[in-house]
Amino acid sequence: MSATQAGPPLLRADGLHKSFGATTALAGASVSLFEGEVLAVMGPSGSGKSTLMHCLAGITTPDAGSVDYGDLRVTEMSDAGRSSLRRGEFGFVFQFGQLVPELTCLENVAMPLRLAGRRRRHAEATARQWLARLDVADVATKRPGEVSGGQGQRVAVARALVTEPRVVFADEPTGALDSLNGERVMQLLTEAARETRAAVVLVTHEARVAAYSDREVVVRDGVVRDVSVLT
Amino acid sequence: MSIPRTLLGLLDPGPSHGYDLKREYDGHFGQHRQLPYAQVYAALTRLLDNGLIVMDGLEAGAGPERKRYMITGAGVSELSTWLETPEKPAQYLQSTLYTKVVLALLSGRSATDVLDVQRAAHLQQMRELTRRKQEGDLAATLICDHALFHLEADLRWLELAAARVDDLRREVLA
Repeated sequence: MSATQAGPPLLRADGLHKSFGATTALAGASVSLFEGEVLAVMGPSGSGKSTLMHCLAGITTPDAGSVDYGDLRVTEMSDAGRSSLRRGEFGFVFQFGQLVPELTCLENVAMPLRLAGRRRRHAEATARQWLARLDVADVATKRPGEVSGGQGQRVAVARALVTEPRVVFADEPTGALDSLNGERVMQLLTEAARETRAAVVLVTHEARVAAYSDREVVVRDGVVRDVSVLT
Repeated sequence: MSIPRTLLGLLDPGPSHGYDLKREYDGHFGQHRQLPYAQVYAALTRLLDNGLIVMDGLEAGAGPERKRYMITGAGVSELSTWLETPEKPAQYLQSTLYTKVVLALLSGRSATDVLDVQRAAHLQQMRELTRRKQEGDLAATLICDHALFHLEADLRWLELAAARVDDLRREVLA
């Protein structure tokens, strides 16, 4: 048990099953995420790790099994309830394509706060602080198409963290970046998450990315294995 | 790679003779270098002295009498501990890990456990190097980068080996 595992889990999946047509993605997957920890979810392509993340985040509803976020049973919530949970409590970073191309980087980062009802001036001031924190203050007025891949991912991390979520879901966040930019994104993401006490679910097949985690689990054939208990 | 422990693994499924052990060893692990008889008998003597195997009788044949060896309870414990303990992450580990995986399959243990425990040890070392890199200067960063890329290569091999365990089991047990 790592130092971050004191207390009950913040997010827990139990016995998840999910199929897409004849393809089984999850076959009894169980995993726990503890407050403030960075958990790497590893596994080969097609093993079910992204489906697991989508179920944990309330994006996908499993065919069987449960997901609990604190006292809330996510798998029994309405679509609107899950949507509200995602906006208020969770942040997301994907491999690419997550920024709105028509908006500036500043407007992209401010968007989650605007959706939560904050005034434009306040939302943009907070977004500016996050862009500076992620070392991309200079791209505030540019559109996503005008910045590099590494800068774009740092803007995406700023957007995921601007509401100070309790859980950040990062699906292959460095998958489209070179080693140096990938390293920078991981450093900034994990530092910022630790400062705000956010837990991170980090889906990756890259060991150098997983090395930023506190603990790793491996998904194989739709089942989760906690390899940290073997050592 | 430990020859005495490998012979212990080959004796785990059942008693055998020095000659058969050598043939089995060469069949599984002797692709590049076959095991000389002198080394087989030196290793068996060491295992006998340490109480990890015992003599299980003599068999008369056309040639000299053949000694049969059998693993003891202490030998089974020693083998299990070796298979369950990860190797110190380092370069050129593959031959030892391959041996452990094959012996786990031959003796009915979990080969996936052998690979996963090694994977956890590798990733733990990668975490420490990543931490050191974040706290160090550029020279330390470059040195850690080199080690990280080598460990990552090992880990990719471990992942691929885990994906091929079922095929390997069929081949080893054929």
